Amino acid sequence: MSDKNMVMTSGNLAFAEAMRQINPDVVAAYPITPSTEIPMRFAEFVANGRVTTEYIPVESEHSAITACVGASAAGARVMTASSANGVALMHEVFPIAASFRAPIVFGLVNRSLGAPVNIHCDHSDSMPERDSGWIQIYCEDAQEVYDTVLMSVRLAEDARVLTPVFICQDGFITSHCLEPLEFLPDEFVRSFVGEREPLYPLLDTDNPVSYGSFTMSEYYFEIKRSQMEGMINALPVYNEISKELAKKTGRLYEPVENYRADDAEYVAVIMSSATGVVKDVVDELRIEGIKVGVIRVRFFRPFPKEDLAALCRGKKGIAVLDRSASIGGTAPLAAEVKSALYDLPEHIPLQEYIFGLGGRDFYAEDAKKIFYRLINGEYSAKADFIGLREGKKDNGNA
Amino acid sequence: MSSVTSWQDVPLGTVSFGATSLDVQTGLWRSMRPVIDSERCLSCMKCWLQCPDDSVVTDNDLRVIGFDLFYCKGCGICAAMCPAKAITMESEASFAEKPEALGANPGEAASHVG
Repeated sequence: MSDKNMVMTSGNLAFAEAMRQINPDVVAAYPITPSTEIPMRFAEFVANGRVTTEYIPVESEHSAITACVGASAAGARVMTASSANGVALMHEVFPIAASFRAPIVFGLVNRSLGAPVNIHCDHSDSMPERDSGWIQIYCEDAQEVYDTVLMSVRLAEDARVLTPVFICQDGFITSHCLEPLEFLPDEFVRSFVGEREPLYPLLDTDNPVSYGSFTMSEYYFEIKRSQMEGMINALPVYNEISKELAKKTGRLYEPVENYRADDAEYVAVIMSSATGVVKDVVDELRIEGIKVGVIRVRFFRPFPKEDLAALCRGKKGIAVLDRSASIGGTAPLAAEVKSALYDLPEHIPLQEYIFGLGGRDFYAEDAKKIFYRLINGEYSAKADFIGLREGKKDNGNA
Repeated sequence: MSSVTSWQDVPLGTVSFGATSLDVQTGLWRSMRPVIDSERCLSCMKCWLQCPDDSVVTDNDLRVIGFDLFYCKGCGICAAMCPAKAITMESEASFAEKPEALGANPGEAASHVG
């Protein structure tokens, strides 16, 4: 028997449990499916005296994130969660949080953006925030969500980074399904995350500062460039933190996961929970002697361009699977992958796919078909759709 | 942040420290300049009291002797308030040919940067 504390739980409840152990100073939240359970469970911890957090129930998501920014600037350790249109309502405040270098840790439970109203998973809520200046990490399962919360507090607050973090997990698939996972002891978590040491806390009245003063063309450019430095430092700092946690857990999460991709001739590039079924298909095809692999992009911001390009070297074909569309342009993951491949000396054939919008299921058969199409040299310049009911086939026009 | 010359020098997080508004040359916004006729000034201090930029300069007898053009935005409140009509607002263009200390003239783009 292992002495590990293994429990059956979900991505949302694992996130809330990590919050209990971290005991943040302030949580301001407004519930929205499928992230509701995070503030709901955490509110129980507050009501039952399990944490000493100042919990602010607000009247909208815009107020929630605004309260979080104020508390973070004051010097507090701050966490919150949201999904879909709640995330969209917060949009105005995200770049302000990032520019204030407010190290907020945010549970973003991916859900499709309306209309039409839909509660199920795709990445159309988080992708519009990719240029907001926040770090974005996409988790495959609930254990990874839990471990990532612990690492993200350290990452966000590191003096070299000071950048807020979105921890993305797939709505319902990861957030609500129960899986066995390991919770670490409270004492370990508390010593791992430590205390926040804010640089310019507003509550330090002996050293008064203002945040976000009016700044015209004379300095805005320099301030934005300074902000970029935190994002540039994020991956090296993350790699230190993830190795430190892996010593305790045995679980190391790279910015880009390499699943049997080293000697693969064909690879699928994908994010989040749908990776699991593609890994199963890879194992199956490997038994038949077909050399395939998976590259799972975990960090979308900053995008680990060099790591991804290195893993793609020498491949005969690549499929990129996006769970959101950029209507009128290239889907977000495909755009990043293509950009990363541009610096390679070889040209690798690549096919873009869009799948799973609004929670449309993605099956092993779909993944298998994608690999066979790569092997058969079926590529087109446009995105193709997986699992879409189509009438007259028009080769895709995403 | 008047000494900032590169992005590496800006404080993190858009922060500005205490009393930095002293470095902000609001005088650059001015298009009309107040001019005082000290002979007519009654020392009533109405202009001094109402000036939003604390730009009214007085002598030891509390007589208005001029304006701090580094901060004066040219709003004209002083001229409107003056019961003796001792303050007139004149176009900045009429001062264009006169020698001034660097930065005193509005429109000297970014002269205060670096």
